[in-house]
Amino acid sequence: METATVTLAARDLGKRYGDRAALRGVSLSARPGELVAVIGPNGAGKTTLLSILAGIQQPDEGEISVAPKAIGWVPQQAALYGKLTVRENLSLFARLERCPDTRATVERMLDLTDLRDRADDQVGALSGGNRQRVNIAIGLLAEPDVLLLDEPSAALDPRQRARLWEFILRLAGEGTAVIYATHNIQEADRYASQLIVLADGELLLSGPPGELEREVGTTGLDFEEAFVEFLHRRGH
Amino acid sequence: MRWLFLKDLRILRRSPLLVALLVLYPIVIAVLIGFALSRGPDKPEVAFYNGLAGQSAVVELGGDRIDLAKQGQRLFDAIDPVTVGSRREAIQKVRDGDVLGALIIPSDLATNIQSSLEPGTVEVYFNAEDPAKRQYVENTIKAQVQTANGALTKRVAKEALQLLDLISRGGNYSFLGQDFDVLGLERAETILKRARAELPSGSAERAELDRVIAFGKLARENLSFSDDVLAVVGEPIHVKAIALNGSTTSLSSFAVALAVAVSLMFITLLLAAGTLALEREENAFSRLVRGLVSETGLLVEKGVLAAGCAVLVCLLMMAGLSLFVELDWGRFPLWLAALALGALAFAALGLAIGGLTRDVRAASLLAFMLCLPLAFLALVQSGAVAPTLYDLIRAVSAAFPFRPALDALDAGLNDTGDLGGPLLHLAVLTLAFGALGRLALRRFA
Repeated sequence: METATVTLAARDLGKRYGDRAALRGVSLSARPGELVAVIGPNGAGKTTLLSILAGIQQPDEGEISVAPKAIGWVPQQAALYGKLTVRENLSLFARLERCPDTRATVERMLDLTDLRDRADDQVGALSGGNRQRVNIAIGLLAEPDVLLLDEPSAALDPRQRARLWEFILRLAGEGTAVIYATHNIQEADRYASQLIVLADGELLLSGPPGELEREVGTTGLDFEEAFVEFLHRRGH
Repeated sequence: MRWLFLKDLRILRRSPLLVALLVLYPIVIAVLIGFALSRGPDKPEVAFYNGLAGQSAVVELGGDRIDLAKQGQRLFDAIDPVTVGSRREAIQKVRDGDVLGALIIPSDLATNIQSSLEPGTVEVYFNAEDPAKRQYVENTIKAQVQTANGALTKRVAKEALQLLDLISRGGNYSFLGQDFDVLGLERAETILKRARAELPSGSAERAELDRVIAFGKLARENLSFSDDVLAVVGEPIHVKAIALNGSTTSLSSFAVALAVAVSLMFITLLLAAGTLALEREENAFSRLVRGLVSETGLLVEKGVLAAGCAVLVCLLMMAGLSLFVELDWGRFPLWLAALALGALAFAALGLAIGGLTRDVRAASLLAFMLCLPLAFLALVQSGAVAPTLYDLIRAVSAAFPFRPALDALDAGLNDTGDLGGPLLHLAVLTLAFGALGRLALRRFA
C-alpha cells in the first residue's frame, strides 16, 4: 500500500454484533479523486464498513491506519430536518462543523448543489433527489478529503440519479476521494475506479471493476451477471 | 449546543398546532382537575313537602321552645328544595326524574315530638338512577336529619331530666292544663319514716317499712346520676378533630399546585421525549454525534429546552391563576426552584422515554400514557386502599417525579413544610433518569 498518496487506509477491520460477525478482516485504501464502490448482497457489511470509516462505530479488530483530516459522511436516509429550509439546514451543520465563514460556506454549497432557487424551501417539501443533494452537501461542509456515501442513489428516479452522479463525479474531479456503498451494480461498474466486494462480512475482492470479470472469466455476461456468478463461485 | 437549541425552537415555532396542543391540553386538564377538586358538587334538587305549613311548628321541650321550621332551614343549606303542595306530588317528582329525592315532613311531626312518647318521623325518597347522586342525596339528608336529631335529643333529655327530678324531689307538674302535686321519693321517705317511728320495735310491719324506705333511698341516689347519663345520651360521641399529618393548605391553593404539576409533567415529558426521538427519526443523530455534539450534550440540550419551555408556560399559567386564587408572590424564588427541579426531573424521564422508543409517535404515546396514571397514583390517599397496596402505590409514586414535584410545588406555593426533601428527591430522579436516557441512546446507533 503506497501510503504517500493514500488519503484513507484501513487494515483488518472486524466487527461483531453478539455472535454474528458483521465484518471480518477487511482492508481498503483510497486515493485523492478515487471512486471506490462497496458492493455485496444484503447483510454483507457495507453499511458497517462505512460507519466504521466514518467514526460512528468503533471496530472490534483492526484499525484505520491512514486517517484523513476530515471525512464527510452521507447516511443512506437523508439526515436533515424537514421543518428547516435548505439554507437553515446547511447553516446549522456549518456552525456545528465550526466552519470559519458560515455564510460563505452555505452559499458555496447552494451553488454546488444547484439549489439556490430552493434555498428557502423547507427540506420536507423537496423531492427525494434534491433532499439527497442537500444530504451530500452537508457531508461536504467540512471540505473533507474523503466522502462516504451509503446507498446515495437509492429511491431516486433515473433522471435524479444521473444528476446526482454528475455532482459526485464533479467532486471526485476536484480531488475528493469518494467511497460509496451501493446495490446498483451498474453504478459500480460505470463510475468506480476501485471495487470492494463483501459477502457475510468477508472481503471477497478488491480491485478495479475489470478484475471481477476476469475472476469470473466467462464471456457474454454483463457486469451484474458476472457479479452474481462471482458470488456463486465463492459460495454466496 | 446553542445552535441545536435554536434549531429546536425554530422547529417548534413551525409546528403551531403541535405547540398549541402541547400547551393547551395540559392546561385544560389541569384546570379541570383543579376545578373538580376545589369545588364541591352542586346542591341536589330535592322535592320538599312541609306538612307543618300553616300550623305551629313550635314544640316545648325541657322548658325550651323549639321552632322546628328553623331546624328544617338548616337542611336547606345542603339541598336545593323544590317546594310542593302534597306528599303525592313530591313522590311523583322523584319518579319523573325532576328531582333527585323528596323530603316529606308529616303534619303530626310537632305533636309526636312534643308528646315525647313516640318519635317524629320524616320520609325521604331517592331517585336511584345514578348511584353516585343517590348516595350523595341520601348522605346529605341523613346527615342533616341526624344533626337535627342530635339537637332535639338534647332537649328531650332535658325534659326527661325534669321529670326524673320531679319523681325524686316531688313538686308541681302541669299536664293538659291541669296541675298535679307529685309527692316524690324524698317526701315519701319522710312520711314513711314518720309512720315507722309509730310502730312497735321488732314488729313485722316495721321491717316491711324499712325495706320500702331503703328502696326509696336507693332509687333517689341513683336518679341523681341521671344528669350525667342523659348528657351522654344527648351526645354519645363528641367529635374532637385534630389534624396530624399533611398540611393546612386550602383546597384552592392545593388545586393550583396540582394544576401546575400536571401541566409541567405533560409539557416537559412530551417535549423531551419528542425532540430526542425526532433526532433519530430525522436520521440526524448519527451525523450529530460524529464529533459535532456529544451524546450527553445532546441530552442536556433537549432536557434544558423541554424544562425551560415548561417552566415558562407554567409561570404564565400561575400568573393567570393568581387572578382567581391568592398566591404569595413573596415566595416566588421557592416556586421557581420547585418548578425548575420538577421540570428537570420530568425532562430526564422524557429523555429516557425518547431514547427507549426511538420514534416520535411512540415516544409521545408512551409519555402521554404515563402522565395520567402517575398523577392519579400520586393522589391516592391513605385509607382509600388496603395498606399494602397503598405502600406499593407510594413506592411507585416515589420512583417517578410527579409526587415529589407536587410536594415541592405545594411547599413552595403554600408554605406547607419541607421544600428541601422534595427538591433533593427530584434531583436524584433527574440523575437516575438522565443516566437511563444516556444508556437508552445506545439504541439510536
